[in-house]
Amino acid sequence: MSLERRATMAALLAERGGDLLLVPGLGSTTWDAMAAGDNDRNFYLWGAMGGAAMIGLGLALAQPKRRVVVITGDGEILMGLGSLATIGIQKPGNLAVIVFDNGVYGETGMQPSHTQNGVGLVGVAEACGIKMCLDVRDQGGLDDLARRLKSLRETLFARVVIAAEEPPRVLPLRDGVALKERFRAAIGIKP
Amino acid sequence: MNTQVQVWPDRLFETLKRGGIRQVGYVPDAGHARLIERCRADEEIHDVALTTEEEGVALAAGAWLGGERAALLMQSSGLGNCINMLSLTRTCRFPLLMFITMRGEWEEFNPWQVPMGSIVDPVLKLCEAEVYRVRTPDEVAGTAERAVQHVFGGEHIAAVILSQQLIGKKVWTK
Repeated sequence: MSLERRATMAALLAERGGDLLLVPGLGSTTWDAMAAGDNDRNFYLWGAMGGAAMIGLGLALAQPKRRVVVITGDGEILMGLGSLATIGIQKPGNLAVIVFDNGVYGETGMQPSHTQNGVGLVGVAEACGIKMCLDVRDQGGLDDLARRLKSLRETLFARVVIAAEEPPRVLPLRDGVALKERFRAAIGIKP
Repeated sequence: MNTQVQVWPDRLFETLKRGGIRQVGYVPDAGHARLIERCRADEEIHDVALTTEEEGVALAAGAWLGGERAALLMQSSGLGNCINMLSLTRTCRFPLLMFITMRGEWEEFNPWQVPMGSIVDPVLKLCEAEVYRVRTPDEVAGTAERAVQHVFGGEHIAAVILSQQLIGKKVWTK
């Protein structure tokens, strides 16, 4: 019985704290983040496929005192698999990359992704030198991940097995400039 | 590469430091070798080796979200790897400062460098980037300073093109 994506996102963001900055990947994880409750410290993506983890890295290096959490899908991370290698050699202690893995491309009609056919994202992350890699398959694993996220001190990668379902889209703001400006203002950066 | 010691990479590094650049993304490149070496040795700068240049476009966006200025170093062939990710830069109006060393335009031994090298300028213009071309060592630092001002003064995209005459031709026998 795999986890339900909306409940998983809500569990990871419960009592998130003002120091948690979220970068959700385009498509379903952005809708999930919005469904969990809009927040100025979310930088929703409507594009930039393959770029979520690297946006997280730039942000984590710039904001070492805040926790940066990237939550994206298997298709999105597959397009930027090299970014795990790049993150693996930087290893910022305040960065977590979490992949909701349902084995399909949800936005384009549920076609199978590589993870459904034998590609293991946890093995990739481990091979890239990320020491804390979690394979989350049930509620117990999710509780453990949520706990580790609260006291994040080393680069974390987690693959969370979620059910292939399509809950109704919950759409955030689409204006990229507005998203950027409100995010920067929320963490106290002057224009 | 030229065996003579060139000073322009050091002047360029100092310009980036003065311009407040705190993250430098790069794919290893002979033309940028000295600059990369200086960035790696600097404690204030996060030097981020990339597997492909488009990672650097996303890195720079993340840096700006977090209040830091980034620069991206690449070879002309790397620009092609960035094109779709530049949609992020343009849609959100992120500043992006690129330094591009040219291949395929002057005394190029490797014809595989020519197709991308020959379309660098039009591609950059289509992506709404300001393009500054540098041909002589004396122009480098001043041009870089103008580019820094343009990019971070108004959240623009700019590329400083370091021409192949400036870099020197690649030596193929060792």
